[in-house]
Parts: sequence; C-alpha cells; structure tokens
Amino acid sequence: MWKFVASRLLQAVPVILAVITVTFFLVRVAPGGPFDSEKAVIPEVKAALEAQYRLDQPLFQQYVAYLGDLAQGELGPSFKYPGRSVNELIAAGLPATAELGLYALLVAICIGGVAGVIASLKPNTAQDYIPMSLAMIGICMPTFLLGPLLVLVFGIHLEWLPVSGWGDMPGDKLLPSLTLGAAYAAYVARLSRAGMLEVLSQDYIRTARAKGLPEWQVITRHALRGGLMPVVAFLGPAFAGLLAGSFVVETIFQIPGLGRFYVQAAFNRDYTMILGTTVFLSTLIVLFNLASDVLAAWLNPRLRSQFGEA
Amino acid sequence: MALLSVNGLKVDFTTRNGVTHAVDDVSFSVDKGEITAIIGESGSGKSVACYSLLGLLPMPPASIEGGTAEFEGRDLLRMSVAELRAVRGRDIAMVFQDPMTCLNPYMTVGDQLVEPLLCHRRMPREEARERAIALLEEVGLRDPGTTIDQYPHQFSGGMRQRVMIAMALINEPKLLIADEPTTALDVTIQAQILRLLADLQKRHDVGVIFISHDLAVVADIADHIVVMEKGRVVERGDRRAIFENAEHPYTRKLLAAIPGGSKVPAESVGEDLVRVDHLCTWFGQGKHREPVKAVDDVSFTIRRGEILGLVGESGSGKSTIGRSLLRLVPVTSGEVNFDGVDVTALEGKALKQMRRRMQMIFQDPYASLNPRMTVFDTLAEPLLLHGIESRKSVEQGVLKLMDDVGLARAFIRKYPHEFSGGQRQRIAIGRALATRPEFVVADEPVSALDVTIQAQILELMLALGKEYGLTMLFVSHDLAVVRHIADRIIVLYKGRIVEQGPAEQLFEQPAEAYTRQLLESIPGRQLL
Repeated sequence: MWKFVASRLLQAVPVILAVITVTFFLVRVAPGGPFDSEKAVIPEVKAALEAQYRLDQPLFQQYVAYLGDLAQGELGPSFKYPGRSVNELIAAGLPATAELGLYALLVAICIGGVAGVIASLKPNTAQDYIPMSLAMIGICMPTFLLGPLLVLVFGIHLEWLPVSGWGDMPGDKLLPSLTLGAAYAAYVARLSRAGMLEVLSQDYIRTARAKGLPEWQVITRHALRGGLMPVVAFLGPAFAGLLAGSFVVETIFQIPGLGRFYVQAAFNRDYTMILGTTVFLSTLIVLFNLASDVLAAWLNPRLRSQFGEA
Repeated sequence: MALLSVNGLKVDFTTRNGVTHAVDDVSFSVDKGEITAIIGESGSGKSVACYSLLGLLPMPPASIEGGTAEFEGRDLLRMSVAELRAVRGRDIAMVFQDPMTCLNPYMTVGDQLVEPLLCHRRMPREEARERAIALLEEVGLRDPGTTIDQYPHQFSGGMRQRVMIAMALINEPKLLIADEPTTALDVTIQAQILRLLADLQKRHDVGVIFISHDLAVVADIADHIVVMEKGRVVERGDRRAIFENAEHPYTRKLLAAIPGGSKVPAESVGEDLVRVDHLCTWFGQGKHREPVKAVDDVSFTIRRGEILGLVGESGSGKSTIGRSLLRLVPVTSGEVNFDGVDVTALEGKALKQMRRRMQMIFQDPYASLNPRMTVFDTLAEPLLLHGIESRKSVEQGVLKLMDDVGLARAFIRKYPHEFSGGQRQRIAIGRALATRPEFVVADEPVSALDVTIQAQILELMLALGKEYGLTMLFVSHDLAVVRHIADRIIVLYKGRIVEQGPAEQLFEQPAEAYTRQLLESIPGRQLL
C-alpha cells in the first residue's frame, strides 16, 4: 500500500512541474503586464519595479529562479498587494474556501447519494424519473443562476436565511454550500444510480434475497458498498473541482476565499499570484485524486489484498 | 406426504414482444429426505419454476398465472411478501449455479454465512459464528477458524460452492433448491460437490430439488427425475425408470447427448505438424517472488490430421499451452515447431502469416465475440485482413462459412446477443475457420454449453475437422468430452504431463493414479 502511495506521489512531480512550466510561460505570453495601467507610470519607476520583481531578467532565468524559490516552499511576493507574499494570501483565503468546499461536498454526497439510491430502487418509474430529472436540471443550471435564485427565494422573499457573508450570521453558510454543491450532487446522483443498478442485478443480491433478508438489509448490507464505488472514485476530482470552482459562489455571497484572489490575479497579471494559486490547487488535485483511489482500494477487498501483496 | 407439492404452476413473462409461457402447467413434488431432479435445456423453464416458488423472480416481467405450491400445508404462491421472506433461507434455502458471482465480494465469508441465523433466529453473533465454523468444517473447508474471515476472492470455485452450500444449510432448512450447483465447476470438483451434497442431504434429512441440464450429473444421486422441455413436463419417474426406459423422445435425446464412447482414431495421420520441445511458460510476479510455472517443461507432438486432447483441472496449464502455441502469451523457454518453423522466434509479418495458419476457438462464446459486431463483421474481418476475399467477394465467403457451421444465412446482420450459446459458438468456430487454418486450438469450446448443444457442437467440430483437413488441439477439463473427439490424449497436472496415449488406451488402462481419479469423476460413468 505505501509503495503504491509513494509511487503515485513520485508520478505527481512531473505533472505539477508541467503545470508550472505551462502556466509560467502562458501568463507571460498573454498581452499586458503587472505594471501596465491606464495611468502612465514614469519609465524609471516602472524599470525599478520590474527590477525589484526580477522582471528585467531573461525569461529563462526568471523561470529557474522561480523554481528555486518554489523548492523552498516560497511562492514569491504578490505584485498587486505590495508587502504581502503569495503564501500569506493563500493562507488567508484558504480556510473559507476549504470550508465552503467541504460543506458543498457534504451536500453533494448526502443529497446526491440518497437521490441516486432512491432512484435505483424502482428504475423507470416516477421514483426514478423525478430525482433524475432534477439531477439533469442541477447539471444544466449554472451556479451564477442558481445562487441568485436561492438568495431571491430564501433570503429576500421568505427571509429565512442571510443573503451574503461567511460566518457573520447564523445560517449564512447554508446557501453558498447548497449553490456550490448542487451540480456535484447531481453528478453523484447519476453515478450512484448507475452503480446501484449495476450491483442490484448481480447474482449475490439474489443470494441475499434467497437468505430471506428484509429488502432494506439487502440494500444497506449487500448493495450500497459496491454501488457507491463509482462515487468514491469521483470524490477526489470533485473536491478539487469544488475548490477551484468556488470563485463564482464566493463572489455572489461575498465570501473572502481563495477563488476571488485567483481571478483578480489573472486580471491584474499578478504573475506570482496566478502561479502560486495554480501550483497550490494542482497539488491539491493530485493529492485528492490519490486519496480517493486509496479509499476506493481500501473499500474493495480484492484490490486491498493486491496492495497487501505488492 | 410430500414436503413440497407443486400443482399446475404457470408463470408468464410479459415483454414488448408479447407473452411467453415460461412455465406451463408444471407439477412435481419433493419428499422429505429425497432428491428430485428437474432436468432440461436452458430456456426450458426449470429455474423459473423454482424461483417463482420463492418469489425470487423480478415481477414484472414475470407473473404467476396459476397453480399451487403446498409446502407444509401452506401455499407458497399465496403467501404475503413478509411470510415468504420468513420461509426463504429458513425453511427453504437455495444454492446457485455460479459460485464466482453469487457471493458478495465486499463481505467476508463469515459475515455472509451468519446472516440467515441473525436474520431468522436473532441468534447472538458469537454463537452464530461458532455454528458457521462448525458447518464450514463439515462441508470440507480446511482451517475454517481462519478462513471464515477471508473474502470470497481468496477461495477457489469449488471452495466457494462449499461455502454456498454451508450458507444454505446453516438454518437447517427442510428443503434445498440447488440450481445447477456444479455446472460452473471442473469435473473433478463437480464429483466432490455432488458427493458432498448427497452426503449432507442424508445427514441433515433435507428434501432437495436439483436443477440441471445434464442427466449424467444426477445419475448417481437423484431419487426422482422430472424432465422439462419448453415450459412443460414431458416425462417423470424414478431414476431407474428414466435411465432404463425413457419414453419421451426428448428424454432420449438428453440421454443420447451424454458424451460417451470414443471415436474411431483417424486412419490417415501424416507427419508431425506441431512439435513442442521443453516448453515453459512462466508468469512473473515481480522481482522478489517465485514465478508461477503455468507450463513447466512440456514436450509433445501433434501429427497432421490428428485431434489431440489436452485434459486437466483449472490451473493445470492446459489453456496456457494452447495460448503459448499460438504466441498469445509470451513463452519463457523451449521451442514450438510448426511445420518446420520455430513459432517462438517469429516476429512481425512472418508471425501474421503464421497466425493465418493457426487459429483458436475460445471457451466462452458470450465473452469472446465483440458485441458491437454483426455476424458479417465478425466473419468478414479475418477474410479481409488476410486477403482471402476481396471487398466484392467477401459476402460470398461469409455466407459459405455460415453454411459450413450450420448458421442460417438470414442471421448475417444479427448481433451476438441475439443468438443462443450454441449458435454463438458456431459463429466463433466460423471465425476461426475463416482463414482456412491448418491447425486449430479449441480451448474448452463446449464447457459453457448445455449437454444437448454440446453434443451438436462436438459433431460439428468432428465434421469440419474432416472437411477442412484440420489438425486440432482440444483443451478440456472433461475427459468424457475429450474421449468423444480426440485420437490421442495428454493428461496434465500442475503444468506437467502426467500421462499420454491413445484415447481408448487411456480409458481402458490408465497407468497413473491421477488419470484414474479423473476417470472416476466423470458423472454417471456407469451409464457408459
């Protein structure tokens, strides 16, 4: 098992390196620079700024220097927030984003999983069509539409929940989590429905019924574990996607998270900030994928014993 | 008084294509402590009849249209869902066909074993576990105190079926329904499981319904036999009456399908076509572990026009030898000489040329045909790939092949799922013969088929062998089948040759103990 984890971590190094390299050169190829603005800046000042941030050096030298810093865990100073390092900015934004992502993931698993399982028990009946149609709507509906809609209904008309903020008022985390988690809940519902249908047609489910187990035990004891395996495999990419995709939700609900920094950095050509966030997120994506693979293997006795032997 | 008596049972299946009477006015009974065998081909309704008694059929599409099934004075067909559930696994238990798929891969064997006890008797977990261990011991599992905590994939097929049987018996049921319990197993394992079932049935005094497509399997154990065809009972009687005075033509057909007797050895066998010298095929398992010696220093020859039978249990390396000859697996060492050329040294174009002359027929006609290719696509591909037919003439070539293997020409645009197992194997044979090969490796080509179909396919292969002048390596775990088709037989055990000789001699005077054991495993051998 540990050997597997170690080899996967090693494989991740070239992946992340490639991401860094591509991003590094792409942002510099993009027109405009961090110190271009509508107001003309005195050439001497601009030159001094560029010198301070090593922008006057040849591109390749900048690249090598950046990798050197990165190896020491240093993501560099931000171009747009003078005096603050990218490390600090990420540390400031991460808690809110991570919390939001976690809640959204819980929403996705709970709502999506239950809906998918319910749908799979009576395929091609209303019990199947209704949750699956909702799931389809969930996949199609963009967050920038769903968010304001939820705010309109629960925040403004019913006045049940606050319309924005994060941790300021009780219940203000509910709507953002729902908004962000909805699309993922829909995917989870479809995955768990398909997985359950597959498992429910297996011979060992018939064996369980032949034993005289009550139907709910057949489902919970015999079908769920196998049926939810596809969902487990989806969790890693999903959580990474939640973190990276939280920008829209953070904007709608005024949440001081990472996503906003990320997008602003792109507009501002804040090279180090873009790179830092990209490196950070891609590392997370790799780690979460690995974690979900390990979880899937751990849940499946056949794979588990393979790892045990390796 | 009968333990279970079924009267006038009718089960329909309603599908888009109309209503099928899967079970039509079927009556039979099982006495306490006796074995009633229900025999018929796939689709004869034998399993459907039994599943319907326990409410294990998906409804819809199935529906019970009539009849009664008296079990201890109560009608199973009129019980509520909850009442029936209380009977299942407590009074009536089941053993299914395929032990590979019938156990839950996510749960330990022990957890699955104790479920009927926890569910029906609310027995404390510790006590249930004790009981499960004792029963595992009784069905012949070694070291049950440890193996009870293992997962199904850690057991062989035969061992899993023993677990299934233990699971069925754990609540001391009065009736056991065994649905083809040995069909998925090797002949030797089948013999062991049959002996175990007969033994347990006596000791626990249960009534048994034994469902099978093969009369030979129940020849030793059944008290009564019910023969079903197309949803109806065509003949019934005690064992002796069925085997000695079968009246219905269908029963006679089933009896005739039991492979027996051996063929007349081919007269005109020529020079050696295939010469295998010290063949070893090992599978590595990483640097630090001993490789699995699937084939270990095997030498033999096959003469032109000969059919050589290769017999052994699962894991004996018989399929690996077949694959090694065709270079479908990498050979570790040794030489495979085909018509004067060392096949193990061939690469690229020369290998492709050679493949045209050597073909393979696989075991499972359900898995070995591409489900997205029609019969035409499947048969035309090798014809075009090897340039045997042009685009223009390929349809003629395909039709000729279909005639040869006995497929109606009208099926040419159909997909594999539209065919029965026997028809699919005909397609697979046609695909193998498309390149007009000289040598064919047939890897368990009839093991997945019903006996009656099995007999037809064997006849077809014998006839085609003559017509095409084929040399054949026929791989099987079933000596009776091999005897029927092969001129000479090699017996394999753990990757090595145990014994070889002409088919008749091997049967009449087996030299090795292992060969004798294989012979004794043939079901219903006293019938031969």
